[in-house]
Amino acid sequence: MPQTASLHLTNRLHIHIVLESESERERERGARMAEAVVLLDVWVSPFGQRCRIALAEKGVAYEYKEEDLANKSPLLLQANPVHKKIPVLIHDGKPVCESLVIVQYIDEVWSDGAPILPADPYARAQARFWGDFVDKKIYDCGIRLWKLKGEAHQEAKKEFIEILKVLEAELGDRKYFGGDAFGYVDIALVPFFAWFYTYETCGGFSVEAEAPKLVAWGKRCMERESVSQTLYDPLKVYEFVCSLKKKYGIE
Amino acid sequence: MAGAVAEDVKVLGVSLSPFVIRVLIALRLKRVQYELVEVRLAEPKSETLVKSNPVYKKIPVLLHRGKPICESAVIVQYIDEEWTDGGGSSSILPAAPFDRAIARFWAVYIDDKLPALIRAMRPEKEAAKVTELAGQIRQVLGLLEEAFAVCGKGKGFFGGDAVGYLDIALGSCLGWIVALEKGKSVKLLDAEEFPQLAEWADRFLAEESVKGLVPDADEYLKILGVAAVGTSTTAA
Repeated sequence: MPQTASLHLTNRLHIHIVLESESERERERGARMAEAVVLLDVWVSPFGQRCRIALAEKGVAYEYKEEDLANKSPLLLQANPVHKKIPVLIHDGKPVCESLVIVQYIDEVWSDGAPILPADPYARAQARFWGDFVDKKIYDCGIRLWKLKGEAHQEAKKEFIEILKVLEAELGDRKYFGGDAFGYVDIALVPFFAWFYTYETCGGFSVEAEAPKLVAWGKRCMERESVSQTLYDPLKVYEFVCSLKKKYGIE
Repeated sequence: MAGAVAEDVKVLGVSLSPFVIRVLIALRLKRVQYELVEVRLAEPKSETLVKSNPVYKKIPVLLHRGKPICESAVIVQYIDEEWTDGGGSSSILPAAPFDRAIARFWAVYIDDKLPALIRAMRPEKEAAKVTELAGQIRQVLGLLEEAFAVCGKGKGFFGGDAVGYLDIALGSCLGWIVALEKGKSVKLLDAEEFPQLAEWADRFLAEESVKGLVPDADEYLKILGVAAVGTSTTAA
């Protein structure tokens, strides 16, 4: 919005009116655009957070709808009949499911924003590979850390630490997984940064001790508004997992 | 082959693996010459394999100018994006972002369900368990039968006029599906229950880019330890 210098009175009034109606139009446009993009999600879901971060990175206005997974909305059941899971991105009435499919969709539709996937085919392949790795490994192994006991728990702990070390090695000394630019793999992984406290507490290890570069990377990502505005306090996540454990009768 | 592109392209894999077959079809579609390098999968695994896929130590691996790309879905998209012009080769993924998202969604679904079900059925001797697994496979195929009309938009393939990403994802599993039908005497890709898919399967296997890449059921039956006989009575 242009700063008004000292002007003739009538000019000032004219500019004031122009600015008023411009911002009114912008508000309307923003509201219309937001209606066109709806995200069905659950606050703590790292998969949903990937989508939120991607939308924020692209500056896309959207309507966020919190789902109660114990009481799924008709909209969710209609939008994702195969899995009945969140997140679902509904764009102009058309649903897109699977968080990393959604992130790629966001990248391709809002292509004038900062690119999420790099341009080079080989770099894109590496990004997809590592995004898929995060998808295959972290969440499922993480669950075993707080659900299981004894031998199975030790097994899960060993596996999880191994996963952290593989990611640590892949990151190396780079600023982000994509290099200088925050991108696809960072988006795929960073929601789990808020889960590190839960994983290490339930697992009986220290993420920082096993993967210091990864922790530093997570902190760097948190300097980005898209990330800091999306991720919840690790203690809140831990509280959530503790309430889940109680629900499942796990000590 | 007219318009063939000569590049340093190697595929580490075995010709029976559906995941490897996906890569070979994609390369054929783009008319890229390649060398299929069979690698030792049993322990101790091939050193080349371990070096080029240290994370999973699995096939397929695409080696392009010596640089490895792993995971069949990642490889197929790489092939689509790397070889974009000349030879009249069409795009493997659809053009529109929404159509791409749908194709990717179903490919993820197939990979989540089908390989595990096929793997479970292969050694299964108990009839009740075989029937149960067959039911689960038919559930998957049922959803894909419905998806076919949506994705193909009335054309012959999931990808429309030409073989595309989703055709490759599902079609690469046809060898195993047909073999399990014969070997375990079950109905899977039943023409009555899934008329569109059954027609699509024939069309797919007859395609120029696919012909000869999906091995006959008999090849798979050898692995199952079943003699390569013709189909007997209708399945359970």
